[in-house]
Amino acid sequence: MSVDNKEKDVIEEKDVILSIRHVDISFDTGHKKKLVAVKDATFDIYRGETFALVGESGSGKTTLGRAILRINPCSAGEILFEGKRISGRISREEDRNVVRSIQMIFQDPAASLNERATIEYCVSEGLYNFHLYANEQERIAKVDKALQDVGLLPEHKSRYPHEFSGGQRQRVGIARAMIMDPKFIVADEPISALDVSIRAQVLNLMNKLKAEKNLTYLFIAHDLSVVRFIADRIAVIHLGEIVEIADSETLFKYPIHPYTVSLLSTVPMPDPVVERTRKHIVYDPSKLDQSGEKREMREIRPGHFVLATTKEYDDYEQRVAELEAKLAAI
Amino acid sequence: MEEEKNVILSAKDVEVKFRVRDKYLTAIRGVSLDLYDGETFAIVGESGSGKSVFTKTFTGMLETNGMVTNGSMMFHGQDLTKLKTDKDWEGIRGAKISTIFQDPMTSLNPIRTIGSQITEVIEKHQGASKSEAKAQAIHMMERVGIPNAANRFDEYPFQYSGGMRQRIVIAIALACHPEILICDEPTTALDVTIQAQIIALIRDLQKELQFTTLYITHDLGVVANVANRVGVMYGGQIVEYGTVEEIFFDPRHPYTWALLSSLPQLGVKGQDLYYIAGTPPSLYNEIKGDAFAPRNEHALKIDFEQEPPFFQVSDTHFAKTWLLDPRAPKLEKPEIIRDLHAKIKMLTDEGGAFHVG
Repeated sequence: MSVDNKEKDVIEEKDVILSIRHVDISFDTGHKKKLVAVKDATFDIYRGETFALVGESGSGKTTLGRAILRINPCSAGEILFEGKRISGRISREEDRNVVRSIQMIFQDPAASLNERATIEYCVSEGLYNFHLYANEQERIAKVDKALQDVGLLPEHKSRYPHEFSGGQRQRVGIARAMIMDPKFIVADEPISALDVSIRAQVLNLMNKLKAEKNLTYLFIAHDLSVVRFIADRIAVIHLGEIVEIADSETLFKYPIHPYTVSLLSTVPMPDPVVERTRKHIVYDPSKLDQSGEKREMREIRPGHFVLATTKEYDDYEQRVAELEAKLAAI
Repeated sequence: MEEEKNVILSAKDVEVKFRVRDKYLTAIRGVSLDLYDGETFAIVGESGSGKSVFTKTFTGMLETNGMVTNGSMMFHGQDLTKLKTDKDWEGIRGAKISTIFQDPMTSLNPIRTIGSQITEVIEKHQGASKSEAKAQAIHMMERVGIPNAANRFDEYPFQYSGGMRQRIVIAIALACHPEILICDEPTTALDVTIQAQIIALIRDLQKELQFTTLYITHDLGVVANVANRVGVMYGGQIVEYGTVEEIFFDPRHPYTWALLSSLPQLGVKGQDLYYIAGTPPSLYNEIKGDAFAPRNEHALKIDFEQEPPFFQVSDTHFAKTWLLDPRAPKLEKPEIIRDLHAKIKMLTDEGGAFHVG
């Protein structure tokens, strides 16, 4: 009951901050054939939510994240940020606005920080580029504040990245993004390179900052156990195609697309007895409808979308109904 | 399981030091481990805990500034710590003890064909002829699940996907039928979907070829899946070891508690995840007492003063913590990992988040 109410609330106060509309991204390979990394991606991200994009490597999740930051051009479709198109040609002023409002947190903090620069420089770099300070004092105050926000101390400013542990370095990476006062953050596997015990710190920090600053995250990941903890809504992407979108709870309760199910089955559980009998389901696309009908994103339940042909949709519908009946019986 | 266990490799009080500029870093601080024939033993720990360094001593693959400064490592009546040159190691490294590393791209030579990299091992260690080696290599490639092996024999690593490359690395490691296979984070660089396949492959091959597996990983989920026994490493020492059930359902060392508690699978949305505050100890300095004490919320006064011995929990389960001393206050493990089995069953049973129909 309470869940239903909550969902309704969310639906009512939907405020789209970023909108991806039929986006294709392709790369020239030097041959005649182009490599299509992302096919017809369409989804909205609401202000204040954590939207996760989950898939294996090569699925196009990073490519899509980079397209939002205007690093990869879209070959079709468009991306809207706060209602304005930010893909393709836009004015210089717009471009600067996008670069400032949308920041990125990278996977490997050791690789993304300049190892010859002090933390002060690393964190100030964006301020320098955009002249976001009236005088030195203000800049230093901003750096101190950003470091404190991520749980580091102002005296860390004069140190170099190599003097920090992996978790601290990732905090510097986050401070670097936060100092720009962004509205939207693309976090590309921000914890994959970190140790288990440190992962939790960084996730907690991201959640804390999100609440304090009303941020919106696009969280790119391959690990569903982490995503379940952090995401409000999840999109599953496979070979450049988004196959399922749902809010986090629904996706875990009613996984519909066979690829989502297989991804779920690969999450290792910390229990030797359970692991011994756990099934790992291998995704077999040859079992899908082979009629050649074009697949579309179809809304199977409010807010729950799945990529399907008409026939597949009927199968999925049956599956959802079965799951619902089963869960109602519990 | 079985009563009579043959020890295939026995490490005693192994200490490893590295010379870094003019200082010495003690990476392994007295580790003892008996590896039983045919078992799968998993070593878990954070990066820097020494898990990789420890197993590198099994094959004499320490970096040149590293050395075993104490202890012994008996394998077939031979003390491996006494072996110095590459010639000494011939006949053991790659032949009796093989290693699979994390990143298949860095363990394969990018400019040589897959086939030549497998046959090289077979020719060298078994003295097989070229054609024999090729036949064996193709057979091995088929065994590790490379479709169309004969045709892919002459391809280069870049023509293989990440998962396929790791299969080749496994084929090379197993080409000479080693007795011990060391898997150093074999799936960390791979995708989740591939990870499950590689783990299953190693398990199937182990059943078939009867070798002993030593897993090194930081992922407790993987450990639960593969291991018979588990050793938890921290600050260059094994701090707790036991059967996989004992480690997951009856852990005794506060560090094992902390590792289990920080698993995201146990996280509750809207609440902070548990994490271990602080950083691992610097191995340049001498560590006094229990290495985990500064990060341990349950630390006793004595933890800062004196190193705890191993206390016996059961015939197979030992933990190096003062909490097991009869004089120590009775402490229960943290709430989040109590009834772990019931909690995980909730998650994987019908209606749970990780239930798979």
